[in-house]
Amino acid sequence: MDVLGAALQQLFIPYHLLLVLVGTTVGLFVGAMPGLSATMALAVLLPFTFTMDALAGLIALGSVYMGAIYGGSFSAILINAPGTPSSVATTFEGYPMAKAGRAEEAITAATIASVVGGLFGVFALLVLAPPLAAFSLRFGPPEYFWVAVLGLTLIGSLSSGTLLKGLMGGALGVLISIIGVSPIGGESRFTYGFPALQGGVELIVALIGLFVIPELLVMAGTGVGALAKSKLGTARGLFLSTAKKVLSMPGNLLRSVIVGEIVSVIPGAGGNIAGLLAYNEAKRWSKHPEEYGKGSLEGLVASESSNNVTVAGSMVPLLTLGIPGAPPDALILGAMLMHGLRPGAELFTTQGALTYGFILSMGVSAIVMLPIGLFGGRLIYQAVVRVPPSFLVPTVASMAILGSFALRNSMTDVMIMLALGLLGFVLKEIGFHPAPIALGLILGPIAETGFVQSRLMGSAYAIPYFKLVESPLSQVLIALSVLAIVWPLVSDWRRRRAARAGGSK
Amino acid sequence: MTLLQRTLAIVLVALMGVAFAQFPERTIDYVISFNAGGESDITARLQQPFLEEILGVNVTITNRAGGGGAVAWSEAQRSMRPDGYSVIGVNLPHIATQPMERTDTGYETENFEFITWFQFTPNALLVRNDSPFQTLDELLAYAKENPGSITIGGSGSNTANHIATLQLEQLAGVDLTYVPFTGTGPTVPALLGGHVSALMSYTPMAVMQAGQVRTLAVASAERLSFLPDAPTFVEQGIEIVSGAHRGVAAPPGTPPEVVAVLREAFEEATRRIAEEQEEMGFAIIYVSGDEALELVREVTEEYAAILETLQ
Repeated sequence: MDVLGAALQQLFIPYHLLLVLVGTTVGLFVGAMPGLSATMALAVLLPFTFTMDALAGLIALGSVYMGAIYGGSFSAILINAPGTPSSVATTFEGYPMAKAGRAEEAITAATIASVVGGLFGVFALLVLAPPLAAFSLRFGPPEYFWVAVLGLTLIGSLSSGTLLKGLMGGALGVLISIIGVSPIGGESRFTYGFPALQGGVELIVALIGLFVIPELLVMAGTGVGALAKSKLGTARGLFLSTAKKVLSMPGNLLRSVIVGEIVSVIPGAGGNIAGLLAYNEAKRWSKHPEEYGKGSLEGLVASESSNNVTVAGSMVPLLTLGIPGAPPDALILGAMLMHGLRPGAELFTTQGALTYGFILSMGVSAIVMLPIGLFGGRLIYQAVVRVPPSFLVPTVASMAILGSFALRNSMTDVMIMLALGLLGFVLKEIGFHPAPIALGLILGPIAETGFVQSRLMGSAYAIPYFKLVESPLSQVLIALSVLAIVWPLVSDWRRRRAARAGGSK
Repeated sequence: MTLLQRTLAIVLVALMGVAFAQFPERTIDYVISFNAGGESDITARLQQPFLEEILGVNVTITNRAGGGGAVAWSEAQRSMRPDGYSVIGVNLPHIATQPMERTDTGYETENFEFITWFQFTPNALLVRNDSPFQTLDELLAYAKENPGSITIGGSGSNTANHIATLQLEQLAGVDLTYVPFTGTGPTVPALLGGHVSALMSYTPMAVMQAGQVRTLAVASAERLSFLPDAPTFVEQGIEIVSGAHRGVAAPPGTPPEVVAVLREAFEEATRRIAEEQEEMGFAIIYVSGDEALELVREVTEEYAAILETLQ
């Protein structure tokens, strides 16, 4: 408690609070730009933190990180473009809501959900870091493989309509993810002699292409802006009514933040997987699964609350074990090492004031997201709605190109983005949703890496593949995957039986 | 030659002289062929402020990740302007082994103007603190009795970690199972979680994880100042001296005067961050000029020989 007191004293000096405010705001705008990721923002910031004192540097980095993950939801809701990969699942409900004239409600709900998620993550990091870190270590290559398989079962719930098209989309995504140098083995695949293709298809580039370009083409073709004008009342009234709606689903919030926490402490699985899994769980337990895909507030809240848990969640393995839980954490680790801070138990004892100050600053950052986000979100929303399509389409298109280029400073990536955009447009016209393709892209490499590594680890076994099913945790994940496949069939069967019983009366 | 021609010639020569004397006069682009947050990136960002101070111009760091570095390296040789305003971080053994194993890397190992190699990270064999293996001998004795059952995690395939594991197998006459991971980051939870028996990693990992791991051997010629208790492979009778080098190069054709300016700047920047770097477990080196190319050739020959015995 003494440590917490000292930490609070250090945190609540104006300079540090200003850093939180500025950092969160900057992060928010970076995150809202498709293609500018949290990792890039932290990389640019890193050299500046060397000259700051350790706490100030970490506060700046943590706040930008928190703001960026949240900021990704703006572009997800308003232009169907996940600003960072973490907000993939946000597009599923956020954009339909915006199309139906509920953009402000969606932004408000995303903001409140993000604050809840961010605060929960900080709370868990403060209270549960050591046991969570121990838990995260139980995930080895076989478990990663099964996490990816569990994630792939989501295709069932994402392919609204035909399962076959969903599965084909997922397979296409996995195939696209195979392009480039293989993660294990180092051979180049499907590069057709082009050195530039060794880099493969970067996730965010594919997301921009598949999600944004088809929307733009439709907008250009019809000449109508995608977003209907909002018919709702005052900002204050909207905030209160939305807050009430979001907070009246405590089950959904709790489930989503727990999913987010579990996923984020596993190194290598980040906010995108957290958002997708939480979304899937929300849909599975929902009383109104038919609303999903058409603008379900529940789905949006699930995605946004869980992905903001991951900011503090991924610090669990970082601070306790020195393992960056997600790419941006590697930069925070860099800053810590520069200031002579070694991850481990010492951070929480002798360096306690500093470490807890840093953790609490992320909580403050989560809270200041509320005013900044509501104000900033309103500005961005009005800009998007007021601008006529003839200006909006080229503006968003140049943002898409800029974002694709900026990620790896590569024109090849821009070409890939445009090619996938055209492909996505054609596929959408014949009834394929981009979500299963994105899922295949995200999870394909994780599944592949886990599978090959498990096979190698089992080399000394009579049947090497036994390694895949050996651990109890693997078996639990297998059971969950089976359940995820069987559950929709059972509930479907039940509903049909109920309908028949109702009809025969 | 008319007076006019002569004057023009003099002016031209003077201008060229001025141009070189004044290099650099605008922003230098320092390309890193890996993602932000990796060790190559963080090292470059450590150098950045000092490079700016020494050179007197802005230095921007551009991450051009892809293909294990190959995407940016092939661009450096194909389309980067050889004027000194673009430099690129280079890594060994990556630039030596990739063209050996893939036909389409798009670059040649020696086709760079190497400015300087500034960092060496020896391989290090690590086990968890509570591992039954106290010494390298114990681990090798167990491996001899149980062929293939010792799993060694490391970063990537055909990398310094991978090749060192193969060398260890050959020199000690044992059968180990190498499990590649996508970078050094994911190897740590694999070791701490007990998913692999040991790691062939690099010395910075041994320093950073000192509280949780035991270093059975380091692949440097002599013991390292920042890991005084870690024995070398050599002193345990196994001749492995290997690891990864980091350096910086200019595109082929960059004028030697310009390379010389860059060399001095990078060496000085390295000197200024040397202390922090050593504390983090990086060995600092200053291998420049002809020696720099010599190092590339040595490493290439050594790895070619090992990879050949594999096939």
